[in-house]
Amino acid sequence: MTDVAAPGAPENITTSDGVPLKVSLARATRRQRMQALLLVLPLLLFLLVAFVLPIGEMLFRSIYSPIGPDVLPNFSKVIQEWDGEDLPPESTFEVFVKDMTAARESNEIGKTVGNLATRVNYEIPGSRGLFTKSARKVKNITEGPYKEALIGLDKRWEDQHIWRTLQRISSNYTMSFYLAATDRKYDENNDIVMADPLYQIYLPIMGKTLWLSALITFICLLVAYPVSYLLATLPLRTSNLLMIMVLLPFWTSLLVRTTAWIAMLQTEGIVNNILVFTRVISEESRIQMIYNQTGTIVAMVHILLPFMILPLYSVMKTIPPYYMRAARSLGATGTYSFVKVYFPQTIPGIAAGTLLVFILAIGYYITPALVGGSDGLLISNLIADHIKKTLNWSLGSALGAILLAIVLIFYWIYNKLVGVDNLKFG
Amino acid sequence: MKKFLTTSLSVLALGAVSTAASAEGSLTAVSWGGAYTKSQVKAYHEPFTAKTGIKINSVDYSGGIAEVKAQVEAGNVSWDIVDVELSDAVRGCDEGIFEKIDASTLPAGADGKPAQEDFLPGTLHECAVANIVWSTIYAYDDTKIGDKKPTTMADFFDTKTWEGKRGLRKGPKPNLEFALIADGVAAADVYEELAKPESIDRAFAKLDTIKASAVWWEAGAQPPQLLADGEVLMTTAYNGRIFNAVAAENKPFVIVWDGQVWDIDLWAIPKGAPNMDKAMEFLKFSTETQQLANQAKYIAYGPARMSSAPLVGKYEDGKIDMGPQMPTAAANLANAVQNDFEWWADNQDALNERFNAWLAQ
Repeated sequence: MTDVAAPGAPENITTSDGVPLKVSLARATRRQRMQALLLVLPLLLFLLVAFVLPIGEMLFRSIYSPIGPDVLPNFSKVIQEWDGEDLPPESTFEVFVKDMTAARESNEIGKTVGNLATRVNYEIPGSRGLFTKSARKVKNITEGPYKEALIGLDKRWEDQHIWRTLQRISSNYTMSFYLAATDRKYDENNDIVMADPLYQIYLPIMGKTLWLSALITFICLLVAYPVSYLLATLPLRTSNLLMIMVLLPFWTSLLVRTTAWIAMLQTEGIVNNILVFTRVISEESRIQMIYNQTGTIVAMVHILLPFMILPLYSVMKTIPPYYMRAARSLGATGTYSFVKVYFPQTIPGIAAGTLLVFILAIGYYITPALVGGSDGLLISNLIADHIKKTLNWSLGSALGAILLAIVLIFYWIYNKLVGVDNLKFG
Repeated sequence: MKKFLTTSLSVLALGAVSTAASAEGSLTAVSWGGAYTKSQVKAYHEPFTAKTGIKINSVDYSGGIAEVKAQVEAGNVSWDIVDVELSDAVRGCDEGIFEKIDASTLPAGADGKPAQEDFLPGTLHECAVANIVWSTIYAYDDTKIGDKKPTTMADFFDTKTWEGKRGLRKGPKPNLEFALIADGVAAADVYEELAKPESIDRAFAKLDTIKASAVWWEAGAQPPQLLADGEVLMTTAYNGRIFNAVAAENKPFVIVWDGQVWDIDLWAIPKGAPNMDKAMEFLKFSTETQQLANQAKYIAYGPARMSSAPLVGKYEDGKIDMGPQMPTAAANLANAVQNDFEWWADNQDALNERFNAWLAQ
């Protein structure tokens, strides 16, 4: 391009067929750009289908819960007008009874009384049966007064809390799942309060996940740094062997490695047996090293270690050995030259490794599930529980969204501190 | 671009067609795997295929209705019949993901009694038909327990007399029941007691006493393994798994039936199952008197039909008498309770959270 704009050249250079060169050039590069785009198109489509859409769906699900209006369409409209005092008026009760009778007949997924009962049970634990049982009898109420008849079925219909909750869930959108995901809930007066301390689970586990991930990242760094240094500086033959030892576990199935740790660390396992055999500990005082936090940390450090070693190694490999020699020849001590000359040059590798390990650790699932026991569980295990077992997908989504936000915040802080441009993965 | 799209779409369509084609003349039955699925293959699947020529693909899952729900909601059901727990059958039915099943169309018992009278009370459901009765019990390794043998649920919680680890299912069910029974509540009154909020505290307080010794298991195959490895001294477990370790692998395990919480497993048909009629035919066939009795030959789970009980014989090796191994045997029911699915349906979500919070403390 600079050639074209060379000084003294005429303003409008044209190609042989009279088209201005600029236009012709733009056309040629556009075609190239299109070809490049076509090449990455499968990837873009894949990202859209496998990444953007599911995450969008997850974020949407965490606030979108149309069960109230779907199951009780008419009631959801009239209950909006209730002022929240005493009980709703008789006319609202009538609409409720009719909607419930219709819902009982419904067999359509997402529009049954069972769906409504589950939804209300999230808000008021123990209220599920009130809905499923009343729904079986509600068709017998064919004439007023509906209020008395309904309360005659079950005294709990007198409870204002039920009606305030029904009013709240009569909208398509809700914040309840984010409240639940942060150990909060609506009380009887529709005020947001913290859950009973005995039932608080998500905030403590979230905190623990962050803390354990940080610890695992730190241990990985401590272990990986000297190994990477050796890898980068030893003669090729030795370092190749060492590299294979790093990579072999990396290529081994995650499940195999995790189960191997179970065999190693369990109370009747190899490590304990050796300790007992060598009389370091007695038969009775075998150490519990797995199915707890220790097990999670040990296994996860091992599994995530290559993600720290490889970026560190690739960065260290590029540091010329004569820098250190030069520092030494100028009179610096070994420690001083390491701190001042070598270490700063490895920071991009450290940055990449720690970010990689930390983010992987935060979302880790299978290893804590297998070796975590009771106190080594991480937030992803709770999310999996909600997706697979309790079927509270909205709560799972809200927890997932919070986790995503935390990762993004850390990424942002990281960017401020280290600068993403400084990351080097090799 | 257009070509790319059409190619990829036709590849997708091809995939769909081929799954549909492979499902013809066959049936996908989903169950819990291991010794349990094996017992069903022997007692139900093989005779059914011999009789009708319809092949049965056996698929394993780990329980829960999450997968069925996902399939039905996506309108892409590949399972024809699923072995579910009662609480899942009820919830799936309430939420409209299982087909309704008319119990009057089920075959009568071998003694001619109509199905509704032949099945044990509470084992026929709007959307599901029971096949077996199973139970959560606790067991120990006879060679490691010492001279004094535990006999009651309270003994399981007694870590002074029997020092050692305890295996427990990771979840509130049925640990809360066990804790209350150990604390002196009669098994029959457990759910009445659990209805009081202070009883939940009482149950957790009792669980506190063994929390330090607890090893938590999740899959049914784990407890026998924990016992065999010596990881635990006693463990709660599903009775069939312990029985199989004893009968098939000669493990010296002993089951303590006191305080057992029994439950049922049922066949349910997902809404929109690709081979609905065949699934229904299979369901009726497999829950006939003789098939249910045959299953007890391979695993220690009790048949859900009363008319099957007299036909229950010996284990497949021809030695062990299966009658006393059943959760429903009179001697085993002395202090026992049926899992109350309604109570659990109401309280499951909240108690799961409390249990997880308690675990993480």
